[in-house]
Amino acid sequence: MSAQATDITPAPATTESAFRRRLPGALAWHIGALVILAVILYPVIWLIGGSFKKSGDIVGSLDLFPGDPIISNYTGLSDGIADISISTFFVNSVMLAVGSVVGILVSCSLTAYAFAKIRFAGRNLLFTLMIGTLLLPYHVLLIPQYVVFRNLNLINTYTPLLLGKYLATEAFFVFLMVQFMRNLPKELDEAARLDGCGHFRIYWSIVLPLCRPALITSAIFTFINSWNDFLGPLIYLNEPDKYTVALGLKMFVDQEGVANYGGMIAMSLVALLPVLAFFLAFQRYLIDGMATSGLKG
Amino acid sequence: MGTTVTHAPAMEGLSKDSEPRHGPVNSPRPAALKRRGRRETLAGYLFMSPWIAGFLLLTAGPMIASLYFAFTDYNLFDAPKWIGLDNFSEMFGDPRWRHSVKVTMWYVVVGTPLKLLLALGVALLLAQKRRGQAFYRAAFYAPSLIGASVSVAIVWKAIFADDAIVDRTQKVFGFDVGGWTGDPNMIIYSLVALTVWQFGAPMVIFLAGLKQVPRELYEAAEVDGAGTWRRFWNITLPMISPVLFFNVLLETIHSFQIFSSAYIVGGGAGGNACGPADGSMVYTCYLYVQGFENSRMGLASAMAWMLLVAVALVTAVLFWSQKRWVHYEEGAR
Repeated sequence: MSAQATDITPAPATTESAFRRRLPGALAWHIGALVILAVILYPVIWLIGGSFKKSGDIVGSLDLFPGDPIISNYTGLSDGIADISISTFFVNSVMLAVGSVVGILVSCSLTAYAFAKIRFAGRNLLFTLMIGTLLLPYHVLLIPQYVVFRNLNLINTYTPLLLGKYLATEAFFVFLMVQFMRNLPKELDEAARLDGCGHFRIYWSIVLPLCRPALITSAIFTFINSWNDFLGPLIYLNEPDKYTVALGLKMFVDQEGVANYGGMIAMSLVALLPVLAFFLAFQRYLIDGMATSGLKG
Repeated sequence: MGTTVTHAPAMEGLSKDSEPRHGPVNSPRPAALKRRGRRETLAGYLFMSPWIAGFLLLTAGPMIASLYFAFTDYNLFDAPKWIGLDNFSEMFGDPRWRHSVKVTMWYVVVGTPLKLLLALGVALLLAQKRRGQAFYRAAFYAPSLIGASVSVAIVWKAIFADDAIVDRTQKVFGFDVGGWTGDPNMIIYSLVALTVWQFGAPMVIFLAGLKQVPRELYEAAEVDGAGTWRRFWNITLPMISPVLFFNVLLETIHSFQIFSSAYIVGGGAGGNACGPADGSMVYTCYLYVQGFENSRMGLASAMAWMLLVAVALVTAVLFWSQKRWVHYEEGAR
């Protein structure tokens, strides 16, 4: 099959026979891709269809979409979960996510600038340490961090969930930005240096604007990660009115999951919508960012 | 963004000219340069101060604290009491802990290779220039973004339940073993399926690597009469081995740390924290149970350090093996 991939310059005289030779390969390619697509999309389509089914018909039925769709699963959500409105969870999640994005953009870009653009003693050692934290299991830090935040009376606040974002602990984004800044043309900041610009000017007026793609990628990934985060809120938040969407959904599962299965399915879909919207709007940035992370690893 | 190879030799030459600190032989005014160097160092540390604070307060400090807790009996309310190696001997003697290790190993050993094989296979498919290629790439990547969410875990629990789609499909093929999520031995494979479903992220990285393999190599090989398989084995695989290494390393490390999906698909809080008969009791689930449900912070810290040791060992073995199978091109680093 891969013969076709390199077949860019065949003699044009034999177009028709080349076409006939290539056709089975193309057909197999598209069939293969479509089969994978069907498997990939099935759970999402199942979720969409299920949210319009009666509770009893969701798990057992093989129909993707019900013959008689109902919307009561959605209208029922206006009752909230355990007397708390769904919108509370959304407001909490959005606040946390936006707060995280701001923190990551500021702290990681400053750190990345130092790694990429300033020469100083100890830089390589610090860079190695930073890459090392990329591989460190979060669970080693979980308990002592919890103990400290608990002693500082910060349980049930968003501080434990946000502080790390403002202190550049997400090494992945520092790394992503360092990679990007290193590839910027050096002439620009060197010319600025000769003109007497300090590092902060260069960072703010030259490097940051040029780094927009990396900043956008980091912002979207941060938003999505914060939105999906489960372990952090599970440990640090225990008053339901502080819950994020993920925790609210888990509470739904524990309290009403059996009685109101349809509502739970509808809520699951609603909880996914922001991530899906971000994906549809920014998929190019996400995929490019992901692709860059693996090169020169 | 995709053009990571472009920090080119031309610029390195330029930087050598403009930064005299490289060659101290002819430097005209060492005192001024030294002053400038000190200013640069100050600026460097100033810019990095958030990261340094974060590293000390949220990474290095907690690591040391957790190492200390690992040798204590600590329930959050009384001060930690030094008990030497008791946590470790309790851990190794605990059948539930050994079970969680076994479950996690199965998850890592089955899930990671399957996921990476699928990612590489589909990347090879998508590397061909064809109509719809970009669409497929985006669609296949999407599960990686939502796979860790509570919503998808709920869907997973449902489609792998008794009488749901997976159960009925396997019945058609004569496997009447019931739903996976209700079966202590099968539930872990529903989680394997969940991680394999997210093959898109490593696939995108493979694709980026495949794009950088020089076309001429294939053309030369074709002239020499090398078939598809030989071209893959002798050109593609060595050329993308750095990317393969990166994917193996990251996916393995991440797999060891699976938590939320196991916790939610397995049922979550209450008596059975992770699955029927602990079927999806992965390592971090048990760590959570011991630390946050049983308030055994010392024991949980010891467990966390064992996880760190395991991850460090795997990382070390992978880096050691790198010499044998990872090919870095001259100057590509």
